[in-house]
Amino acid sequence: MADQALPVLEVRGLETVFRTRGGEIHAVNDVSFHLERGELLGVVGESGSGKSVTMMSLIRLLPAPPADIRKGEVLLNGEDLLKMTPDALRQVRGAKVGFVFQDPMTSLNPVFTIGDQVMEPLRKHMGLSKAEAAVRAAELLELVGISDAKSRLKSYPHQFSGGMRQRVMIAIALACDPDVLIADEPTTALDVTIQAQILELVKELRQKLGMAIIWITHDLGVIAGIADRVLVMYGGQVVEQAPVAELFANPQHPYTRALLQTVPKITGVREARLKVIEGQPPILTAALSACPFRARCEYRHAACDAANPARRAVDGQPVGRGHDVACHWQAPAAQEAVHA
Amino acid sequence: MLTFTLRRLLLAIPTLLLISLVIFLLVDLAPGSPASEIPLTVPPEVRAKILEALGVNEPVHVRYLLWLKQFFWVEPLNGFDAIFGTNYAEGMQRIISYQSRSPVFPLIGERLPQTLTVIGTAYLVGVLIALPIGIYSAYKQYSLFDQFGTMFAMIGFSVPTFFTGTLFIIIFAVGLGWFPTKYDTTLTVTDWESFLKQLRQMAMPVMVLGLANAAAISRYMRSSMLENMGQDYVRTARAKGLDERTVILKHVLRNSLIPVVTVIALGIPSIFGGAIITENLFGVNGIGSALIQAIRGNDLPMVQTLAFIFAILIVMFNLIADLLYGMLDPRIRYD
Ligand SMILES: Nc1ncnc2c1ncn2[C@@H]1O[C@H](COP(=O)(O)OP(=O)(O)O)[C@@H](O)[C@H]1O
Ligand SMILES: [Mg+2]
Repeated sequence: MADQALPVLEVRGLETVFRTRGGEIHAVNDVSFHLERGELLGVVGESGSGKSVTMMSLIRLLPAPPADIRKGEVLLNGEDLLKMTPDALRQVRGAKVGFVFQDPMTSLNPVFTIGDQVMEPLRKHMGLSKAEAAVRAAELLELVGISDAKSRLKSYPHQFSGGMRQRVMIAIALACDPDVLIADEPTTALDVTIQAQILELVKELRQKLGMAIIWITHDLGVIAGIADRVLVMYGGQVVEQAPVAELFANPQHPYTRALLQTVPKITGVREARLKVIEGQPPILTAALSACPFRARCEYRHAACDAANPARRAVDGQPVGRGHDVACHWQAPAAQEAVHA
Repeated sequence: MLTFTLRRLLLAIPTLLLISLVIFLLVDLAPGSPASEIPLTVPPEVRAKILEALGVNEPVHVRYLLWLKQFFWVEPLNGFDAIFGTNYAEGMQRIISYQSRSPVFPLIGERLPQTLTVIGTAYLVGVLIALPIGIYSAYKQYSLFDQFGTMFAMIGFSVPTFFTGTLFIIIFAVGLGWFPTKYDTTLTVTDWESFLKQLRQMAMPVMVLGLANAAAISRYMRSSMLENMGQDYVRTARAKGLDERTVILKHVLRNSLIPVVTVIALGIPSIFGGAIITENLFGVNGIGSALIQAIRGNDLPMVQTLAFIFAILIVMFNLIADLLYGMLDPRIRYD
C-alpha cells in the first residue's frame, strides 16, 4: 500500500500545448498542485481557463496530436503517470482514477445498455465474471441512487434523464473504488434542482467511500459548499490556491476577487447587480511572458507587462501548502478585502 | 416492430401498384410491337392470329389488369404447382415472352443463378474489402494506408466498370492469360477441377464490380468511424481504461455500422440492376443481359416484368434497411 502520508496525487510543472494549424495554443502552463487522501479540491475558473485540459492531461486522455504534454510530473501514489507505458496507464484509468465528464447526454454510448457500460471497468480491472459484474453493477447503481437497479441494467441511456445518466457516469467512475475521482463540471449541463441532488450524492459518497475528489466548476457558489481547498485557474495556470474558508475571507488575486463578486450572496439581502468580469479570457498562442489577466485587471501596473508573476506565499507556508497567489499586486489587508 | 413492418408492407402496395402502372405504360408506349418480330413471309391471317394469341389487340387498361393478375396470381400459382406438383394454374394464361414465346418467369429463373453467383459474390467481396479498409483508414487517419485507401476509392468511384472491365480483360485475360475472356454459362460445378474453373471465370467480373462497390462502402465506413471517434462516449470508454481494440472495435464500430449497414442493404437491389454492363462485358448470362436482350428484341412482357421485379426489390430492401436500422439503434422504436 502507498505511503499514507504522501498526497495521493501530486502534479508538478504540467505543461500542455495544442499544435493546431494556426500555431500552438498553450492551454496549460506550469500547473502544480497536490491532492491529499480523502480531500475535495475545488478547481474554479471561467470557461477556457484550462481546467479540463489540465485534468485530462493527468491521465493522458487528450487526443495526441494535437495535444502535447510538454513537461511535468503527475505522481499518483508516487508513480509518474506521464512516464507510464500506455498499457500500464490503462490499468490506472478507470481503476485508480475515475472521471466524470460535463455532458451526461453524450458521455454514454447510446447503443449499449447501462449494465454493459457499468460492467466494463469491473470486468476489465477487477476480473469479475459476467454474473459477478452484473451483481456489482446493480449495487453501484443503487449506491448512486438509482432505484430498481437490477432491471435498469437492461435499459439504454436514452431511457434515462440527464441527472440519471450523470448518476450512471458516477457509478462507472466509482466502480473500481478509485483513489481519485475527477469530476469535470458534472452538474453544469443539468437543471438547478438536479445539480443540487448530484452535489448531495457526491457529498454522501465521499463520506461512505473516502476517495479524494477534484471537483471542477466555474461556479464558486458550489465550491463554497463542498470543497476543502480551492485552486483558481486563469490562462492555463494556477493564479490562486487556498483552503476554502481562507479563499472566501481573504481573496488575493484580482481575478478571484472579481469571481467572488459574481457569486450571489446568501445573506437574503438583495444586493446590487452581480458584477460581470469585463473582457474575455486570453487565447494563449505563445508562452506567457506577462500576466495573462493584465488586460482585464484594474490594478495593472508596469510589472504586470514585464513578467508573468510566479506563485508566492501569502501566509508564510510553502507555496501550494497554504495560501498562495500569482500576482504582482499586493492586496490590502483582509478586513478591507472582504468589503472590496 | 411487427405493426411497423405490417404497416410498411401495406403502404408498399399502393406504391408498387403505381410503379407497375408507370412501368407498364412507359414500356407499352415505346415504339415497336411484337408484330415486327414476325417474319414478313407469314401470311396476314396467321399474323393476326399470332397477335391475338399474344393478347395485344385488347385495350391498354385490360392488358394492364391482365398483366397484374398474371404477375401476382397466375405466376405465383405456377410456382406453387412447380414446387408441390399440383396443377391449380392449369389453363391460365401466363406472361409470355415475345421473343421465345415461352413464359417469362422460368426464363428469369434460369438467368437468376448466374447473376446471384457472380454479382452477388462481387457485392459480398466488395463489402468484405470495404469494411476493414474503412475502419483502418479512419483509425489511422492521414496515414499512408489512409491515403492509399482514398486513392483506391477515388479510382473505384470515378472509373466506370466498362473501362476497368475492359482493362482487366486486356491485362489478365489477353495479356497474362490468367483468366478466360468469356464467362462460360454452361459450366456446372461437379468436382474440384470445375470448381476452380468456375472461380477463375468469376474472378474478373467479381473484382471489377467488387472494387466499384468497395470504393463507395469503404468511404461510408471511414467517415462514419471518424464521426464517431470524436464523440464523448469514446472518451468515456478510454477513461475506463479499455484498450484501443475494445474502444475502436466495440464502442466506435458498433455505432458506425448503423448507417453503413443501411447503405449496404439499400445497395443490394443494385446487384440485380446495376450489373447490366458488367454482365454484358464478360458475357455472364444473367438477369442484366436478359434485360438488354429483351429491350433489343422488343420483348415488352419481359422488360415490364424485369423492371417491376427490380422495383419490388428496391421497395423491399428499403423496408429491410429501415428495419435493420431499428434493430441496430436502440434509440429508434417502431410503433
Ligand atoms: N482540441 C483543442 N485544440 C486546440 N485548443 C484547445 C483544444 N481543447 C482545448 N483547447 C484550448 O485550451 C484552452 C483551455 O480549454 P479547457 O481546458 O477546455 O477550458 P475549461 O475547461 O477551463 O473551460 C482553451 O483556450 C481552448 O481553446
Ligand atoms: Mg471544461
